[in-house]
Amino acid sequence: MKHLLSIGDLSAIEATTILDTATELARTSDGQIKKLPTLRGRTIVNLFAEDSTRTRISFEAAAKRLSADVINFSAKGSSISKGESLKDTAMTLQAMGADAVVIRHSASGAAQRLADNQWMSGSVINAGDGTHEHPSQALLDAFTIRKHLGKGSSDLQGIHVAIVGDILHSRVARSNVLLLSLLGAKVTLVAPPTLLPIGVEKWPCAFSYDLDSVLPLVDAVMMLRVQQERMTELFFPNAREYSRYYGLNAERMRSLKQSAIVMHPGPMNRGLEISAEVADSARSVITEQVTNGVSVRMAILYVLLAGSPLEVGSSK
Amino acid sequence: MSIALSSEDISRALTRISHEILERNHGSRNIVLLGIPTRGAHLAVRIAEIMSKIEGSSIPCGTLDITLHRDDLRLRPPRAIMPTLIPQSGIEDKDVVLVDDVLFSGRTIRSALDALGEVGRPKTVQLAVLVDRGHRELPIKADFVGKNLPSSLEQSIRVSLSEIDGRDEVVIETRVQP
Amino acid sequence: MNPVKYLIKGAILPNGDQKDIAIQDGVITAVSQNLSATSSSEQIVIDAKASRVLPGLVDLHTHLRQPGREDAETVLTGSRAGAKGGFTALSAMANTSPVADSAGVVEQVFRLGQEAGYLDVFPIGAVTEGLLGQSLSEIGAMADSVAQVRIFSDDGNCVFDPLLMRRALEYVKKFGGVIAQHAQDPRLTIGSQMNEGDISARLGLKGWPSVAEEAIIARDVLLADHVKSRLHICHVTTAGGVEIIRWAKARGIDVTAEVTPHHLLLTEDLAGTYDPVFKVNPPLRTTTDVHALREALAEGVIDIVATDHAPHPTESKECEWQEAAFGMLGLETALSIVQKTMVDSGLMDWQQVAERMSHAPARIGGYQNQGQEITVGSPANLVVIDPSRNWQVDRDLTMSKATNTPYHGHTLPGVVTHTFFKGQATVIDSVVQKIGE
Repeated sequence: MKHLLSIGDLSAIEATTILDTATELARTSDGQIKKLPTLRGRTIVNLFAEDSTRTRISFEAAAKRLSADVINFSAKGSSISKGESLKDTAMTLQAMGADAVVIRHSASGAAQRLADNQWMSGSVINAGDGTHEHPSQALLDAFTIRKHLGKGSSDLQGIHVAIVGDILHSRVARSNVLLLSLLGAKVTLVAPPTLLPIGVEKWPCAFSYDLDSVLPLVDAVMMLRVQQERMTELFFPNAREYSRYYGLNAERMRSLKQSAIVMHPGPMNRGLEISAEVADSARSVITEQVTNGVSVRMAILYVLLAGSPLEVGSSK
Repeated sequence: MSIALSSEDISRALTRISHEILERNHGSRNIVLLGIPTRGAHLAVRIAEIMSKIEGSSIPCGTLDITLHRDDLRLRPPRAIMPTLIPQSGIEDKDVVLVDDVLFSGRTIRSALDALGEVGRPKTVQLAVLVDRGHRELPIKADFVGKNLPSSLEQSIRVSLSEIDGRDEVVIETRVQP
Repeated sequence: MNPVKYLIKGAILPNGDQKDIAIQDGVITAVSQNLSATSSSEQIVIDAKASRVLPGLVDLHTHLRQPGREDAETVLTGSRAGAKGGFTALSAMANTSPVADSAGVVEQVFRLGQEAGYLDVFPIGAVTEGLLGQSLSEIGAMADSVAQVRIFSDDGNCVFDPLLMRRALEYVKKFGGVIAQHAQDPRLTIGSQMNEGDISARLGLKGWPSVAEEAIIARDVLLADHVKSRLHICHVTTAGGVEIIRWAKARGIDVTAEVTPHHLLLTEDLAGTYDPVFKVNPPLRTTTDVHALREALAEGVIDIVATDHAPHPTESKECEWQEAAFGMLGLETALSIVQKTMVDSGLMDWQQVAERMSHAPARIGGYQNQGQEITVGSPANLVVIDPSRNWQVDRDLTMSKATNTPYHGHTLPGVVTHTFFKGQATVIDSVVQKIGE
């Protein structure tokens, strides 16, 4: 594996390797170990052409804990906001000797464009591209689910996960559908029909328009952020109606199984897709997802960058 | 191929190492054994069991993975990370005995010392190995050795343990030149 | 007229007859077996055995980019690309800068075409002022200009306002004009990037649904029927669109339709590369659509092949998919793609190729001296193609100024060896000649 562009490129074995590695790395971070020398002398660039403080900080913490040098290249005030092309940015990073680029971009496929062209030679890690994929988020979600519900198994066989909300525009949903099904879990998407993509019936998952009928069946429920601008785009009448049918509130939470967990990739719209009571409940693993994010991103960096470049390069 | 240590030889060597560790440290009170995965971890468990029988009390025993501290990571494909399991007692001010199967260049042990430094500050660090085959590249020496096996660089030493390989033996193999 | 005389030996005519063709003073002077070379040293003899000769190809949909985007293409470079592909007439789309919505601009383009001298450049006029879809452009003035514009199109934009479309259809009846509609409901395609379906869903690229094309085609054939005018549908891409046109023709509605070479061959899955060289409007569709389009072209439900040749500078394509411009090159590969998809597959013969790529487009556009039968006295607008030879597309060797061909690296059948425009060879042995210098 040289790049991490899409969950679709991963085999179950590769995905499990990343999760297993993250498990061991999480164990080291439970102790007092603050820093590992593994990626000393390697340069990782965080190329964030779209604002995302959470993901950037998580990747930065992961890289620094592995002793890599981190360069942050963010949208505001950078040449990207001044209209520099992706190609020119990539060639700049190449000239700076970047071993890996973690890229967040508003255009679907931006990470793949970076990897497929000969603009730079380093690894490319997709930290969210448009409405396409967000592989590291899916890996940390799978990691969190496995930790809570995996019963010691390395896969997610027999686990049922609901993903609720704006599936149409969600890169988190796309990556999670691919990864969770790859690892053996059953996935049900829940959304109003306007927020499910045409062609969703060909995805490796089920879908429903009715949250209340799905909640009692699942082991984990993942709530997605609903952007305010979707209302002006006619996807649903207003926030109140959305919340009434698709918001996870305390009453709905009571219909969940005893062991079921509540997840959210953040940032949350409290009161819209999730009520404060649910977000702060004992079932909520939302802050733990953030913690796990660092271990999983360390694992991604380790798997992509720690080995010999030649071996790594030849395997994709 | 020749058998350097039989099952009985390994068993005797481990018993002797156990006694030597106890003798050097005036008993087991302050000892923590840390095996280096994969085979060193199993050897540490065996030594801990022998020492427990002698002492009549259980000996803290864990594992210390050195993968993340290796200086040759970039020379090979990515390696799987093995568990690091530090016993409850921790290693602060303890006499830590590192256990590995073969001592060769010394680089593994250098990495282990780095890894240990991230965990805590032991009082002393000692090294027990089943086989010392020489060819050191760093100023490192074992405190307890099962058997010295002077070998040429063309030879390789293969340690088999029943926990992983189904039988106990150490063999010397001469690599076939391509 | 050019004094050079040509004798094409042994080429197979569209009807299958193998004949020799003599050209002199811009016209075909003889079509017969065993014509012997005259003693005159000025006559150039072309051995065309095993080759096909067709009337010069006529494109009804070409973006020549001049005026305004001369960095992408000019009338001259586009003319050369056309000649290389076997064309003797192009129709320059109106979406230039300034827009071709006045007699001044269409006359400029017409004149640039004549100066280039490789082929006829017939300007298409904008339906609405500035392509803005609000008021009619000076359609009458363009029709009466030197360029004698007969085709009007807002291509790139749809004439979405039904009242405006009705008026435009009515207005062009005065001089037998035609409205060429770019059928795309703009409300259903805000921000659209590729065909809407399971692939767009997976790739996270905003969908361009078939219905956005079909709804406009349905509306416009009904409007054309109502006002009894002539409608041409640009670049049909969907099986559903084909069905509506089939229905309209059966009802006797005066509608014609075109398909592009790329929609006869390429499919939506190419978007999976995120390489914008495959980004085009209307988008590449499904395999089912491709087969429906091929059948419709063979049947004549779709009347013609038009290239929608759309050159873009490198920086407009060497970027993220959603930032990239729509469009792909087509002139130099069109005949090869038609051979590959329609002739080699057994769906059409060369007579039909001549009909769909020369006779019919010339008829729709009202282009004098184009799309004529290969007979004595016809203007000598001809293309010679060797269908038995393959060639490899290399974007660095295009005659077009731009390089955005989706076929880079593809091996295609059919090599255009010669093109004749008004009796003058614009291409000899696949090499574009220098004209007027």
